Amino acid sequence: MHRLRSTLTALGIIFGVSSVIAMLAIGEGASRDAQEKIAQLGSQNIIVKTVEPTEDKSALGQQQTLTEYGLTYADADRFRDAIPDVQVIVPNRRLSHQAQYRTRRIQIEVIGTVPWYPEISTVRIRLGRFLSDIDMQYKKGICVVDEKLVNDLFAFDDPIGQSLKIASDYYRVVGVSEEKTSTTASSNIEEKDPTGATKAGANLGGIYIPITTVKNRFGETSMQMSTSSGRMLERIELQEIIVKVFNIDRVLDTRQSVETLLKRYHKKNDYEIIVPLELMRQAKDFQRIFTIVLGSIAAISLLVGGIGIMNIMLATVSERTREIGIRRALGAKKRDIIFQFLSETLILTLSGGVLGIILGSLIPYLVTFYGNMRTVITGSSLTLAFGISAAVGIVFGLYPAYRAANMDPIESLRHE
Amino acid sequence: MQRFREAMEFDSDTPILKMEKLCKNYQLGTVELRVLREIDLTITSGQYVAIMGPSGSGKSTLLNMIGCLDRPTSGDYQLGGQSVSDLNDDQLSMIRGMRIGFIFQSFNLINQLNIVENIQVPMYYQGFTEQESAERARELAEMVGLGHRVDHRPSELSGGQQQRVAIARSLANDPLIILADEPTGNLDSTSGAEILDILNRLHEQGKTLIAVTHDEGIAAGAERVVHLFDGYIDKQEYNKQ
Repeated sequence: MHRLRSTLTALGIIFGVSSVIAMLAIGEGASRDAQEKIAQLGSQNIIVKTVEPTEDKSALGQQQTLTEYGLTYADADRFRDAIPDVQVIVPNRRLSHQAQYRTRRIQIEVIGTVPWYPEISTVRIRLGRFLSDIDMQYKKGICVVDEKLVNDLFAFDDPIGQSLKIASDYYRVVGVSEEKTSTTASSNIEEKDPTGATKAGANLGGIYIPITTVKNRFGETSMQMSTSSGRMLERIELQEIIVKVFNIDRVLDTRQSVETLLKRYHKKNDYEIIVPLELMRQAKDFQRIFTIVLGSIAAISLLVGGIGIMNIMLATVSERTREIGIRRALGAKKRDIIFQFLSETLILTLSGGVLGIILGSLIPYLVTFYGNMRTVITGSSLTLAFGISAAVGIVFGLYPAYRAANMDPIESLRHE
Repeated sequence: MQRFREAMEFDSDTPILKMEKLCKNYQLGTVELRVLREIDLTITSGQYVAIMGPSGSGKSTLLNMIGCLDRPTSGDYQLGGQSVSDLNDDQLSMIRGMRIGFIFQSFNLINQLNIVENIQVPMYYQGFTEQESAERARELAEMVGLGHRVDHRPSELSGGQQQRVAIARSLANDPLIILADEPTGNLDSTSGAEILDILNRLHEQGKTLIAVTHDEGIAAGAERVVHLFDGYIDKQEYNKQ
């Protein structure tokens, strides 16, 4: 028929369908990414983190050289004693340091923690063991490293039994864990964590050391270079306390108790409470809105494509008026004419739909490849896109077909 | 629909076409235009009838009426013993497809389709299988002497050849009446003569032919000439052959 014209018309559908698929794939990928990251934080956990109090700096000025803030061991004890639904409490120190093995040096994140850390984490031990009570009691110089650190530092050596050097001390590796999860994972979604220290540790290799050892060897005071006031000393006991709640239904109530307790003992606003469960809900809400927005954009582009199809079919109908008259004279019923034009529209939109699906499946690969974003093409999005293109064909083909069928055969035969 | 088809089986004793006091009026604003006035016409099987008359005499309207493309304002029209005045649109389509073979002045072939496909069109709407109709279409093309050009498009043929395709198409469903509207009007005299030849041959085979024409050649070949004037049947002549 009109090859160029049909192709141009189908393009509207092709782009509409492919944008539906690509957008849904990108949205789905982002959502799954977020869900997984949050799930790694643990849905039964409440993460309390130390943050630098903002009002402090101006109030204290440059005279005070030692600032003391953040969570303390006392906070952890209070959580344990005063909150009923707590299953386990894990206090953590997190420090960024340089580690050395033989001649290789890399920046790592030191996590001073307790032997029951695995209870609140999804991170599994791959080789050896995790920290033990004995390690903690005797403040042993041992460590568990994660796979990223193994790759970065040990390369081809078997890490178990090797010693690595942090600051001036040596630590013997007793176990290898999966790559650590960072509690800053949330910041990718919500931008909730503007503080630098732990965020910087987000893509570093991790090393777990008994918290007592960390306290013993690193102390609790750290030095920060500040441009305005020269040296600044900070004293922080704990970077985070993770509270695991027995029952997932009690998470939100427990969060309230935690907050009340903290408010009572902390004058400065030097903490932050992250509830992965809440984040997960927020992420789901966000995902829903995202899907609706993307869906409407795609729907509009399909609508425009559909109008294009209708336009071209109306033109085709009036161009072929005489043919319609001939067919009617030769015995075609109205529904035969409707069927003829409707099926032509459907062929146009469905072939546009198929091409759109092919194109739409390619786009997410390109996005993943060049944009380094995760994309997931679900079967339902393909079915949806195909269904929509069929629906567009029927909806926008019906009127032109109906017009064609209702033309007066005598008039149409006289046409031109 | 099946019962409707059975009811349409033709009984050879009744006249093929019978019009009684058939009127057709058109409303033009407030003026009522009486195009056909009380036409009484009976045509029996195998007749070759030419309908003549000056322009504006109602020829085309009568043709549309006979071809079931239009409905009379009043009066009765029986085609093959069955009244078609009160049929609905679908039923009229069916009658057109099965009982009437149209031949037009401007051929009216569909340009996107080749010769065989054009001849197949009427059969397609009567539910023939593709194979049956293609086979029959080839035979018909052969019959009008175009068996060697079946894969061509209408635009690749001369006017005379196109009209021969149209004749083949009109025969596709073996209709009761072959209805020709100025079949030679767009043709040079040689091609026109060829077409007349074919029409005469069809008449000899016993087909009922009705031709609306100005062409004296057609009128001379017909058994019966009906003259229309101002919507009346002015006079009828019977040619002795």
